[in-house]
Amino acid sequence: MAESRQTSGRSHGWMGLRRGHQARPLEWLGEKAILGVSLSAILMVFLIFLFVARESLPVLLGLADSGVYHEPVSLEEMARMPRGELADYLDLSAAEMERMDEATLKLLMEVKAEEIAAAPEDKDARINTVSWPYLLLPHQWTGYDKPEFIWQPVSAIHKYNVVPLFIGSLKATLVALLFAVPLSLAAAIYVSQLAAPRTRELLKPAIEMLAGIPSVVLGFFALIVLATVLQNTFGYQSRLNALVAGIALGFAIIPVVFSIAEDALTSVPRSYTQAALALGASKWQAAWKVVLPAAIPGVFAAVVLGFGRAIGETMIVLMASGNASIVSWNILDSTRTITATIAAELAETVVGGHHYRMLFLLGTLLFAVTFASNLVADLIIHRLKARLEGKA
Amino acid sequence: MDVQTPQLHFEPGEREPELIHFRAKSRDWASCLFTGLTGLATWLILGMLGVILVNILVNGWTGLSWRFIISNSDQDMFDVNKAGVLPMIVGTAARVILMTLFVIPVGVTTAIYLTEYARTTSLLTRIIRGAVNNLAGVPSIVFGLFGLGFFILFVGGLMDRSVLGGGPEPRWGKPAILWASLTLAVMTLPVVIVATEESLKAIPQGLREASLALGATKLQTILQIVLPQAMPGIMTGGILSVSRAAGEVAPILFTGAAYYMASYPKALTDQFMDLGYHVFILSTQSPNIEQTRPILYATVVVLLLLTFALNFVAILIRTRMRKQMRALH
Amino acid sequence: MNSLMPPLAQGAAAAKPGGSPPQMPSRPMVMETRGLSLYYGRTQALKEISIEIEEKIVTAFIGPSGCGKSTLLRCFNRMNDLIDSVRIDGQVLVGGYDINGPDMDVIELRKRVGMVFQRSNPFPKSIHENIAFALRLQGLRDRSTIDGIVEQSLRGAALWDEVKDRLHTSALGLSGGQQQRLCIARAIAIKPTVILMDEPASALDPIATARVEELILELKKDFTIVIVTHNMQQAARISDRTAFFYLGALVEYDTTQTIFTAPSKKQTEDYVTGRFG
Ligand SMILES: Nc1ncnc2c1ncn2[C@@H]1O[C@H](COP(=O)(O)OP(=O)(O)OP(=O)(O)O)[C@@H](O)[C@H]1O
Ligand SMILES: [Mg+2]
Repeated sequence: MAESRQTSGRSHGWMGLRRGHQARPLEWLGEKAILGVSLSAILMVFLIFLFVARESLPVLLGLADSGVYHEPVSLEEMARMPRGELADYLDLSAAEMERMDEATLKLLMEVKAEEIAAAPEDKDARINTVSWPYLLLPHQWTGYDKPEFIWQPVSAIHKYNVVPLFIGSLKATLVALLFAVPLSLAAAIYVSQLAAPRTRELLKPAIEMLAGIPSVVLGFFALIVLATVLQNTFGYQSRLNALVAGIALGFAIIPVVFSIAEDALTSVPRSYTQAALALGASKWQAAWKVVLPAAIPGVFAAVVLGFGRAIGETMIVLMASGNASIVSWNILDSTRTITATIAAELAETVVGGHHYRMLFLLGTLLFAVTFASNLVADLIIHRLKARLEGKA
Repeated sequence: MDVQTPQLHFEPGEREPELIHFRAKSRDWASCLFTGLTGLATWLILGMLGVILVNILVNGWTGLSWRFIISNSDQDMFDVNKAGVLPMIVGTAARVILMTLFVIPVGVTTAIYLTEYARTTSLLTRIIRGAVNNLAGVPSIVFGLFGLGFFILFVGGLMDRSVLGGGPEPRWGKPAILWASLTLAVMTLPVVIVATEESLKAIPQGLREASLALGATKLQTILQIVLPQAMPGIMTGGILSVSRAAGEVAPILFTGAAYYMASYPKALTDQFMDLGYHVFILSTQSPNIEQTRPILYATVVVLLLLTFALNFVAILIRTRMRKQMRALH
Repeated sequence: MNSLMPPLAQGAAAAKPGGSPPQMPSRPMVMETRGLSLYYGRTQALKEISIEIEEKIVTAFIGPSGCGKSTLLRCFNRMNDLIDSVRIDGQVLVGGYDINGPDMDVIELRKRVGMVFQRSNPFPKSIHENIAFALRLQGLRDRSTIDGIVEQSLRGAALWDEVKDRLHTSALGLSGGQQQRLCIARAIAIKPTVILMDEPASALDPIATARVEELILELKKDFTIVIVTHNMQQAARISDRTAFFYLGALVEYDTTQTIFTAPSKKQTEDYVTGRFG
């Protein structure tokens, strides 16, 4: 074989066959660039959870302390205190601590001492309100006559019970689902099974146009128009409540539920319907007794996705729910959701403070809940498609 | 009607054979009820959509004027006769354009990697794809938190501590149009990735084989054969992401939107005013909601027109693309 | 442009695999496989195949569907690289070199070993651009040179007269047979040494098929051609040597005349006479 290598006249084997990738450095660079960019984009996707969770980590691990009462520290003691402890004492983040000069620190120490002196003697003042029992269980705070769930971050004692917010979110979401699911499922059945093909071509994009309305516009509409109309019709107390917010939320999720359900119904093979029709069933019977049962997992997935979308929606509930954190299952009461709480309160928090960390904790929980519901929906849809295609 | 021979196969929507109607006569009322109810639901949804749009357009039209669109709000943004939305339009456009500059190249590259390079069977690829898909359902407020935690505090903080920062005031580690756009870019990344992947997968494998068999390298094949074919899909993805981002408010609340600014954003580190955020401000913070109603409605109309126009273009391109694809196969 | 120099493979020809056909190869050979086995994941698609492809003749691969003809064909220009699950044992030599070796440049290999696919796959570009693309991959930039080669290859593929007035219209507007000839023109434009054809005429009507066959006979003056076909008459008409495969194994490989008139194996005889079960 040695001869043939020589006769080719090049040093790269037969007709340049053996040049290898060194011959194309640009190509090599380009492919490495593609790899680099994609990997960093993918990394970013995974970073999201990491960075939202990171900010809430001290609360999750029980390292944060929101107790308002500290033994006052004198200026002499301050010099002996570790920097970290001092930062905690002054409610400063590490980064802020870095930026402080000595004079400012002294000033802050004095302010703090005054604060402590002025603070009323309260049995709750020493409680670390961001520890798990106080986040989840009711507590009888000073001035209350029974244990209660209270979210009240901006007060003398910072109360961070998340139960009212969860109830608020669930309440608005349930109203939204009750409003949107029957409507969108019925519409999905009609559009996919019963409507004439030409009507169908028009109806589908028309309903999906709802998805193009920004949620702030739906929130605006609920706040300015819907709230007034509903209150005038039913004559209830608080103008903004879970009902108003829920209906507006419902609008936001109709296109989601509709298009997923419609997709599932359409992916049921034509032959199912035809078989039923050939047996003498009418069109609606075929839709109701054959197509719908076959597509039921997809319909369920649509509802799960709608749930995830509704519980994570921010602007609508921020504008139309009234934002009072009351523990009540009455949909006519004003209500405060997790998302609205984050949106309304984050701007006022101190970076690195316990309030800030609590809001990130809420974000982490929200992320986990929606991610899980998406995952579930995704799995269901996958299974369904696989099954229908396998059978078809 | 003429006598029909019974057929076994008919498309939905086609008239059913007379035969079946005849037999099903006793159940006709059920059929009517079912079709009627589902049809009613459909029209109810459309009716409500119509009410919303008509209400907004009718009320917004009166407040909408050329002056309103092209003037600043530097007098008083709640003053019906002086307020204008130009800064908000500029701010929204700027953040959206900036976002596009990030998300399109990164999204398209990632889609190329996932469809053309990554092993489709590997568990890692499946996990990545699942994560990307699920990202689309993560609430936008969480992206706002991410933007604050990652871009502003982490990246911005790092930059401030490096040579890029200057002075005691944070230069990068604060809300800015750059961070808002990057946050939106991460949020809409799945839209671009999924749309691009879909159009890449629609390209027949035979085309890639043909090119490779001629001695084209993989990169040449992708750049010269595959990508031009995928262009309409990429465009649709881009426009869909833009139209989604244009109306989003939650992710920019803490990452860059300003309640009020006297001037336009001039640098990447400036904050900006935003149409959607302005709708929120006008409807919740107005000193007198009755008086500011006209400018509120007018702002909503501007925002709606913008997002609908973008959606419309996306739909146009998609139908065009579908037709071309059909012609191709 | 690349020279069309035949590979000097005397060295390679010296290596004789055990089960070689009785008749000695009369021409220098271009490609060979030695004990080639190929697996798609767990399933074995090729079993210990040793075959030598001679220069400037037409070699036909025949055999029942699914016996691995396409798979073997795609081994010669490493198109199987595109399939993740493929694993290869044994050697494939082109011009005496192991093409699965570590320092093999697969891009250069594919420029030497062209391919025409079963389903014609013109690029959704103009007719001219389809061929010009292939030429630009070779580093050609000069317009008039490119135009010249485009014409020459279209003539070579017997397509020139039909398309000379519409060179700049979309290739997708051509008929199925024309598209396939365009693919052949594209393959010969870069002057490979070998052209692999995977059922190039299976989707064509008899007239178009006849033209492609004529074309192949014409092309073999300059190129080594390996063709997969299901059409026995076609194999008999155009090929010089024929290999019969069954269930991933090479059953018999000989001159076409021998295979069709006096095959040594019963299986071969059954297959070529159509008595195959
Ligand atoms: N991508 C693949 N993945 C897994 N198995 C494959 C793949 N391609 C082919 N096979 C299997 O390998 C075997 C040989 O396939 P091949 O396409 O080479 O057959 P063939 O002889 O060309 O058949 P035909 O005459 O129908 O084209 C078949 O059993 C086939 O199922
Ligand atoms: Mg084959």
